[in-house]
Parts: sequence; C-alpha cells; structure tokens
Amino acid sequence: MDSSETLRRTPLYALHLELGGKMVPFAGYEMPVQYPAGILKEHLHTREKAGLFDVSHMGQAFLAGGDPSAALERLTPADVAGLKEGMQRYGLLLTHQGTIKDDFMFSRLAGEAPLYLVVNAGCKEGDFEYIAAQLKGLATLTPRPDRALLSLQGPLAAQALARHTRPDISSLTFMQVVRCEVAGARAIVSRTGYTGEDGFEISLEGADAERVARALLGEPEVMPIGLGARDSLRLEAGLCLYGHDMDETVDPVEANLVWSIGKRRKAEGGFAGANIVLDKLLNGVAKKRVGILPEGRAPAREGSGIAVDGKIVGRVTSGGFGPSLNGPLAMGYVESPFAALGTKLELMVRGKALAAVVAPMPFVPHGYKRN
Amino acid sequence: MSETRFTDQHEWVTLDGDNATVGITKYAAEALGDVVFVELPQKGRKVGAGAEAAVVESVKAASEVYSPVGGEVSEANAALEAAPATVNDDPEGSGWFFKLKGVSAGDFAKLMTKDAYAEFVKGL
Repeated sequence: MDSSETLRRTPLYALHLELGGKMVPFAGYEMPVQYPAGILKEHLHTREKAGLFDVSHMGQAFLAGGDPSAALERLTPADVAGLKEGMQRYGLLLTHQGTIKDDFMFSRLAGEAPLYLVVNAGCKEGDFEYIAAQLKGLATLTPRPDRALLSLQGPLAAQALARHTRPDISSLTFMQVVRCEVAGARAIVSRTGYTGEDGFEISLEGADAERVARALLGEPEVMPIGLGARDSLRLEAGLCLYGHDMDETVDPVEANLVWSIGKRRKAEGGFAGANIVLDKLLNGVAKKRVGILPEGRAPAREGSGIAVDGKIVGRVTSGGFGPSLNGPLAMGYVESPFAALGTKLELMVRGKALAAVVAPMPFVPHGYKRN
Repeated sequence: MSETRFTDQHEWVTLDGDNATVGITKYAAEALGDVVFVELPQKGRKVGAGAEAAVVESVKAASEVYSPVGGEVSEANAALEAAPATVNDDPEGSGWFFKLKGVSAGDFAKLMTKDAYAEFVKGL
C-alpha cells in the first residue's frame, strides 16, 4: 500500500507529529514507530516509569443481545459465561477449522449486559464481519470506530493515572475494568496491557483523546512510546503478535495458548473448531510455539530457520533485541520433539548456524498487579 | 592527504593512499535508530565494490553494509562488538566498521563527494 490518502489516522495523529513521532504505515494506519527518544529509551522508560501508547487503531465493539456470553462462546474457547462483572479476559477467536482468526480482550462491565471487545487493528474488519455473520440472530455487534484507546504502561502508570481519575482506580487489580472519568472524560479503564508491565488501557471518545493524552503526558513519569518499543516490550513479555506468532494456520494448542481455554470449555466444547482443538489437546500437535534465547549477541529475525543437527525443525516468528534483557531473543515454532525447555537449537542467520536454546517465557518477569 | 566519499546506500569511505576506512553515515545511523549489534568482516577477506561486507542491527531491523570500494579487509572495528551504540554516537568517526587495503582509486572516484551526498540526502 502506498499513498497516505489510503492510510487512516487516529485522533492523536496531530499530537504524534507535534511530539516528533516517526510515522509509518501499520495495519492501514499512519502510526508512530518511535519518537525522538528512540526505541531503546522508550522501551527502558516504560519498564522503569510509564509510557503512553496510542492504540486507537485497534478495533473496539460492543456485543449485545439476549445472551451475548453464550453467543460469543460459539466463536471462542475462552470461558465467557464465567467472567465476573468488572473483569476483562483474553480470548482467541477461532475459525471453524479450529485455527486462530485473532486474539482479543473481552470485558463484562458492572451492571451492563453487553460485552465490550477489543480486537487487533489488522484484523478488525474481518473479525467484525465474522462475528456479526456467525452470531446473526443471537447477538448484535456494534463496532465503535468513534472511540480511541490509550495504553498507559509501566510501574509508575498507576500513580500517574491516579492524579486524573475519578473515582480512584489505584485499588484495581490486573484484569479489572471499570467505567470512570479520566481528566474529566468518560472512559472505560482496565488494568491490562501488552507490555508485561502493570498498566491500564483507557477507552474514550475520539474527541476526548488528545486532551486526555496531553494530560497524561504532562505527568513527570510519562513519555510517549511508539510501536517499535511496543513490539520489543511484548516480545520480552512472551506475548504473541497476531499475523506473526499466530494466524489462521495454527491452532491454540500449537500456539501454546491452551491456558486461554476455559476448563468448562475443554469439557463441553461447543466452539468453532472444537472437535479439532480438543482432539489436539488430547493427542498432541506436530509443532509448538516456544521461547528461544540465542547464545551470542546476534538477533535472529522473523523467518529465520531453526535447525537441530543441521536439519530444519522450525522457524522464528518474532525475533530481535530485548533492551531490558540486553540481548537477543525470539519466539518461533519447532517440531514438538524439540519444544522442551533447554533443547539446543541452531538459528540460521545469514547462512550461519547460531547456537540457541529453548527458554521459558516471559523473558522479562511480568509486573502485573495481581493483588 | 585523505578524502571522504559517500554512497547512495549511506556508507562513507575515507581513502588514504590505497587504504580505506568504511562506515555508515550520520543519516543512516539516525534512520536505523539505536544500534544493538554489528557483524564485521574477517581480516583478510576480499570484498568487491558494492559487496555486502557487514551487518548493522537496530532494535527493529537488520541492514546490510556494502563496501563502497573493493579491497582486502585489514582491520575490523572490534570495539563495536562490545559497544554497538558507538555507531549512533559517532558514526563518521569512532563508529567506523572496517578498513581495507589495496583499494583502487578508480572505484573511489565513482562515489559521491561530500557536497553531492549532502544534496542526495536533501532530496530523500
């Protein structure tokens, strides 16, 4: 795709330019890949203090109808019905072949029947069409392109946000979600994010986004963070990027996301591709997503072959340099016999075999506020 | 008396007799962002003009460094392996990548002068 005419902009576009953001095309939007501080500093700042991300390109929607939980459970193996009020949860949207159409977050706001959904930017049109068509007659999906989404991440995010919220949100724990006011704007705030740090996602009307973003950026702890650092942060946290670490060619078992399948759902099935997924849960899969630590300093990028004894057994799906890890890291798929922690691998980089090992994820410990 | 010339791939090369020093330009270093890894050529390796000779990686991506002129690698800047950020701090000085010997003046003469490169960058 060429031409900035065809690229969309978020409500924070002018602010990104003012802050010196280096704009690049991403998922059909013009987004800041970094600001003048650069990816390395932005990454480290988020781990030490707090960083503000514009994730308004992501797809937000409400799912209403008689029983939106039961309806949504047709398309995801997550336990939707069991989600308590005021909580958010991670789920996978599956095809009828049991492969991953997208990953998403869903919330049950206190006292509200509709579910609030957030899906990936690059998938949103397809997801919304799929959900609406599949759940026709059962539930009504209302996309909310009018809403913006900010993400404030890092160990000092809570104290910075607390100065602007009513009522106080400091007592929220990981995965809790509330409606509240942020800098006077009506918002949905969840204690979640995709960096591995404590943090918040703030959904609000597009018209309020710039004012709220400016208020948060005015706090001494907070600096603006681009997509480059978002990627290195999520990789260190061991979190999948859709279209890279998972897509419609892999299922939840291969993607090592079985934890997102509810216990009741494993017993009962009843979701798209359930027979295939439950069979794989029972009988195993041919390949699996693993974390990989190269032994040297050279990063292995997406697409690099993974070999054992000179034979290709997999492929890197995300790879680069982890600023907090201060070294290279990767994730990828390997044939199941080579997926055990500690398995020695070779990464094929520019014709050379670099020593690496299957490593536990996250690569950098999560800082979620669990209680 | 040495002179420095530039390529459209944003390498610089300083020629002194038939010895050359090669690095990436300030423009390239800024475009790449924080350099976290460099792969340098082995001493003794013969490289042709325009051949891939080194790799520079930022947090985000890997890029090849092409040798602007042909010659034999006489030294690589080993200091970059421990301190790759030197490429950002001083790209056209202590952030040099490798040195060549036996360089032909003919290869060198085809490259952009400092002024021509400045014009070229302005047009990007």
